[in-house]
Amino acid sequence: MKARFGLLMVLVAAGGRQALAQDSVPPAERVIRVGITYTPGVRPGMLVLGGPRVQQLDSVRAILARDLDYSDRFEMITLPAEDNLALGIAEPADTNSGGTWSGTFVNYGLYAALGADYAVHVTLTRDSVLRVVVYDVRGEGVRREFAIPQRDLPPPDFRLAVHRISDAVVRVTTGTPGTAATRLLLLQLGRVYRVDSDGADLVPVSPAGAKTFSPVWGPAGRSVAYTEFGGGGGRVYIQDVSSGARRLVAPTARHLNYTPAFSPDGRWLAFSRSSSDGTDIYTYDITADCCLQRLTVGRFSDNLSPTYSPDGRRIAFVSTRPGLPQIYVMTADGTGQELLAPFDYGMTGSSNAPEWSPDGLHLAFHRDVAGSPQVFVMDVATRTVRQLTSAGRNEDPAWGPDGRHLAFVSNRTGNRQIWIIDLDTGRVRQLTRLGDARLPAWSPRID
Amino acid sequence: MRLSIPLAVSVGAIVIAAACGGGQPAPPPEPAIDSAVIRDSIARTETARVAQEDSILRAQEAAERIVAEKRADSLEIIARETERVRNTFTAHIHFDFDKSNIRSEDAAILDQKIAIMEANPALTITITGHCDERGSDEYNLALGNRRALAAMQYVTARGIAPERITTASRGEEDPVDSGHNEDAWSQNRRDEFMITAGGQSLRAPSGM
Repeated sequence: MKARFGLLMVLVAAGGRQALAQDSVPPAERVIRVGITYTPGVRPGMLVLGGPRVQQLDSVRAILARDLDYSDRFEMITLPAEDNLALGIAEPADTNSGGTWSGTFVNYGLYAALGADYAVHVTLTRDSVLRVVVYDVRGEGVRREFAIPQRDLPPPDFRLAVHRISDAVVRVTTGTPGTAATRLLLLQLGRVYRVDSDGADLVPVSPAGAKTFSPVWGPAGRSVAYTEFGGGGGRVYIQDVSSGARRLVAPTARHLNYTPAFSPDGRWLAFSRSSSDGTDIYTYDITADCCLQRLTVGRFSDNLSPTYSPDGRRIAFVSTRPGLPQIYVMTADGTGQELLAPFDYGMTGSSNAPEWSPDGLHLAFHRDVAGSPQVFVMDVATRTVRQLTSAGRNEDPAWGPDGRHLAFVSNRTGNRQIWIIDLDTGRVRQLTRLGDARLPAWSPRID
Repeated sequence: MRLSIPLAVSVGAIVIAAACGGGQPAPPPEPAIDSAVIRDSIARTETARVAQEDSILRAQEAAERIVAEKRADSLEIIARETERVRNTFTAHIHFDFDKSNIRSEDAAILDQKIAIMEANPALTITITGHCDERGSDEYNLALGNRRALAAMQYVTARGIAPERITTASRGEEDPVDSGHNEDAWSQNRRDEFMITAGGQSLRAPSGM
């Protein structure tokens, strides 16, 4: 690192240029540029600059850097803390409250030499406004500024607010927003919890003492649904995320009802029901509170785990009609049932837990390979499948809202934890470090 | 009472009268004879009477105790019998991995349950299917349901009214053994049989 620091000093001596930003739409964004930020296999370099050692700013920088890293869209450039501090942009004496950054010295040459395409600078102005500036290093200009009054960052929502800034940074640099301002549901020891997309802030969702199962997000992430066991059966509840108030889905008061799935418009709830008639898929109009429909009639087979396509017109599900559970599909009214994910009879293992991707192009599920479940993704148009995992047991995939990340359960380090894989790079990270975590569900972006 | 007996009757006769007396005797008429011997005799008679009454009370209590003990013994016998029948009835049956067919060694266990349900017509039950942790979490609820239905079909095919049986499944959510090996898994792949009504006192079927 010393050698690199030497180079850094030379570049500092060579001098930078001044950033010019006159209004909220910086020059770098006035021209629509296509294709500069994404070349397959080559990700833009991202540098989160150091700065004044203020506690809150340090946490903002840390959360921001981690979010950008977890977006898997950048080559993160990390330097030892002291070197990073030296990169910081000095605030000129005449820049104060509400002022622009014109006149600020930005060493684009240095950042470019370090491999950065973008640099992010975080400061707190004298009138307590958190200011995040994204510099376009190659274009040598301010790409975008974000300003948030500190009073709008109260402790409970502070992290979510920073996650939103991270997503905005991803959007202005790659054209697609990130997924940092999202949460995941999971089941730990029979109770539903939610956790931030970076693994922080574990909060219980279902009531203490209730034994629950199969949590899922409602549209827009404002509600959740899950099964609560009791009295020999299982009831499905829909719970408001902010108030905690919950309502029973009326027809689930009897029998064992589980794996609820909201239709994309939020009107219907599909679920599996096990009874003396076997296991079949039902739908219920939760808006009008009526009209229970049975979509499958299994007789000698079981049908379960429904998942709506994003256009709401089709439902993929698991059926045991070939003998072992495999992935089927039907129209949302139950007609046209057919095999969806191909398999070799007598060769391919059980396939379970399908989830349709947010763009509708893919279907994730897990399939037994040599006795252990592994995560697979199928291209819906061509019906070709791709195995994503191989180490240990990997099951119950759940799509992130960007359609390129999947959360899943893995026991690769011992007990069951939630992990996240990036389909583009294949990079895997561990989300939870709990006693036992399973059945993840990933929220849409939280506005 | 023998109030009509003249005072001349001997003290012995009074003792006999007292011995034969059932309830509270009327106070004996105050003898007008100022004689120490007679007073002493009356006092002894009174003592004997009280002793006699005590012994009658004791005998009655003893008899009641014996009856109560015998009743308790028979209740105990019924309770023990009920317990024995219940234990036989609630014995688990087990399954092969990812299978819901009744194994031949478990058919005898189910036959015993059928006999018990026939001997106790008021008995109603819940059969709950369970799985080991290896299958898919969601699929295991359906598999547990299949396992409960397999046992239900076995007993209803042999004459037990289906109205007496409800089925349930807990998938892999309630293991009896939390281990992660075949020993634990084979114990967890099971049907449990729970009595929901009519189980206060159970008769053993003949031959059990």
